[in-house]
Amino acid sequence: MDFLNALIAFLNFVFVPGLAYGAQLALGALGVTLIYGILRFSNFAHGDTMAFGTMVTIYATWGFQAMGITFGVLPTALLGLPFGIAATALLVLATDWLIYKFYRKKKAVPTILVMVSLGVMFVMNGIVRLFIGVDEQNFADGGRFLISAGDFKAMTGLAEGLAIRSTQAITVVVAVVVVAWLFWFLQKTRTGKSMRAFSDNEDLALLSGINPDRVVQVTWIIAAALATIAGVLYGLDKSFKAFTYFQLLLPIFAAAIVGGLGNPLGAIAGGFVIAFSEVTVTYAWKKVLTYVVPESMAPDNLIQLMSTDYKLAVSFAILILVLLFMPTGLFKGKSV
Amino acid sequence: MNRTTILFVVLALLYAGTGFLFSWNLALSILLMGLLSSIMALGVNIQWGYAGLFNTGIMGFTALGGLAVVLVSAQPVVAGWNAGGPGILTGLLLGAASIALAVFVWNRMAAGRARMLTTMAILVLGFVVFRAVIDPSVMAVESNDPATFGNLGGLGLPSLLAWPVGGLLAAAAAWAIGKTALGLRSDYLAIATLGIAEIIVAVMRNEDWLARGVKNVDELPRPWPVPYEVFLQKDPGFLDWVTRWGFDPVTASTIIVKLCYVVLFTLVLLAIIWLSERALHSPWGRMMRAIRDNEVAANAMGKNVTKRHLQIFILGSAVVGIAGAMMTSMEGQLVPGTYNPLRFTFLIWVMVIVGGSGNNWGSVLGGLLIGWLWLIVESLGPGMMGLLTSGLADGWFKAHLVEAAPHMRLLTLGVILLLVLRFSPRGLLPGK
Repeated sequence: MDFLNALIAFLNFVFVPGLAYGAQLALGALGVTLIYGILRFSNFAHGDTMAFGTMVTIYATWGFQAMGITFGVLPTALLGLPFGIAATALLVLATDWLIYKFYRKKKAVPTILVMVSLGVMFVMNGIVRLFIGVDEQNFADGGRFLISAGDFKAMTGLAEGLAIRSTQAITVVVAVVVVAWLFWFLQKTRTGKSMRAFSDNEDLALLSGINPDRVVQVTWIIAAALATIAGVLYGLDKSFKAFTYFQLLLPIFAAAIVGGLGNPLGAIAGGFVIAFSEVTVTYAWKKVLTYVVPESMAPDNLIQLMSTDYKLAVSFAILILVLLFMPTGLFKGKSV
Repeated sequence: MNRTTILFVVLALLYAGTGFLFSWNLALSILLMGLLSSIMALGVNIQWGYAGLFNTGIMGFTALGGLAVVLVSAQPVVAGWNAGGPGILTGLLLGAASIALAVFVWNRMAAGRARMLTTMAILVLGFVVFRAVIDPSVMAVESNDPATFGNLGGLGLPSLLAWPVGGLLAAAAAWAIGKTALGLRSDYLAIATLGIAEIIVAVMRNEDWLARGVKNVDELPRPWPVPYEVFLQKDPGFLDWVTRWGFDPVTASTIIVKLCYVVLFTLVLLAIIWLSERALHSPWGRMMRAIRDNEVAANAMGKNVTKRHLQIFILGSAVVGIAGAMMTSMEGQLVPGTYNPLRFTFLIWVMVIVGGSGNNWGSVLGGLLIGWLWLIVESLGPGMMGLLTSGLADGWFKAHLVEAAPHMRLLTLGVILLLVLRFSPRGLLPGK
């Protein structure tokens, strides 16, 4: 019985939050990794692309709510999502045509492209702050819980409750669907195959008649979609704030790099590695341990390796540890 | 006139215009931050312009410089020190010793599972011992009158001394970071340094015994020749002089204080430029540029690329650390919450790129120009937005835009960076 309680406490405070956060990071990191694999630079503007997509989605959501349209128990934001994706895709395509294309034609070194993406980051960040401001926006509606702690206790008779918020469940489901679709797309479709070929060996891909402009455009559209979805899921789960999204760039990059830049599988693995290490290192294990060990051995302090304020520091410590032993990440990413 | 002179004259006009149109106080405040940013930009330029190292951890070194001011020039908290000072020092030494032991073992043992396990065991054991020793002492120090102290305090030495110490602290951190991270390739290095800077700031925000964390340390002393406004305003000689010229004593005293800082900072800036110019035009500088331009060839010529990279990483970071210390001692308080990568990493990078990478005067130009722009938007933005939106009907949209005007600075800065990268990719003053 106590073992079950310990398990539930673990699921409730470590596994479920970690899983949802990991899925959000993985989606963000997939976008970063795709851009790196095909356009060959680290896109510092990704966090602010996420913020832009989320902002459009929020406005669409408010529009729907004003018209009285809701999505039942599901959050209305899911209805707004396509609008967010479309607007973000247009924005990044315009950015590419206006800005990045020039450097691609000139074959500029990757570091210059990183600087350029820094400029784009400033501009996008400015746009988002101009349009929606810096305040916190909550746009989650619909049902709050899939299972609430009280219901769970009544159902099972355990002392520990398991609460799964609907946003957490939606995050995981959406992430699984999106990742499955992306892998199907990359493995099976013609465009996906040409993207992979382009990523592996640009010159060879060009020789075999792949249209580079099309590959680049599709990459941007997919990255925009991934960024918007990740941003909206994060915003539903927590809340939307322009500055938070800029800061989200750091754990997302950590995830992409831990997995190995340019490797989609690595991005997913990296997302979960970062999320779970953050949660496990900063969680106070006292509650779980008290159930497992005999009463006389129950811990009297919190059994917390690091205080919760160190979340970001933990993800980077993991990043640096991984890079020390595997300089291009867990899944042997690229380096340009 | 050559390009450099023209650009610096334009810059002088911008600052003078700010003085005439707004106030000399504002112009001098902006100039002070501009000078500090210029020094940081010089540090980045040493790394990027001379050696091509992509370091995005500027914020961390700035923060370490600030920490040095607290450690050197804050008054010691005797009760806190007695409560747990030696315990904390012992804990830190034990932590450092276990890392050193782990590195030693790793280098000595043959590769394989045994090496991995031994190193891990040493590190885990070291962590447990470190926490066991340091935790009670930290608790003791932090529970000492937390509303006013809760920290160990500093040595109570003059503020000027903290500047070189800030440089040394940053240099020491750069050595440790460089030893572990410099082997990484461009983008991996950038993210690793970005992360390490976040770790440094996270430690400063949370370890109250060190510098009170987010509760801030204030009342740090001013550097040597700079007077306090209140004393000036009571000084009969000063009052006499002010009334003879017909100035307001309060304004005049703040301006005098700022001018003192300007002189002090300019001296440091010029010293660093002089040293960097001498270094750049020495055989050492030629070797650095050779390494930057072609690592493989330089390596083949017998130059130790790794060692040179570490050297330049330490030098550049030390310069940033000095600037960080100068900033904190000017502000008179350490506020760890204000260290964010936007202001202290990315903005500095924009300065280096816009000014001209590889050119010391370019970094100064970039620092003063972008620094001016970054701070002037705060004063200029609302007025300009008011002018732009004057045609619009009153309503929430107009109110929103006027309110959002301060955010224009990010937009403006991004556009400037993109334009410079597009039309003058080597900056306003390109390096040779």
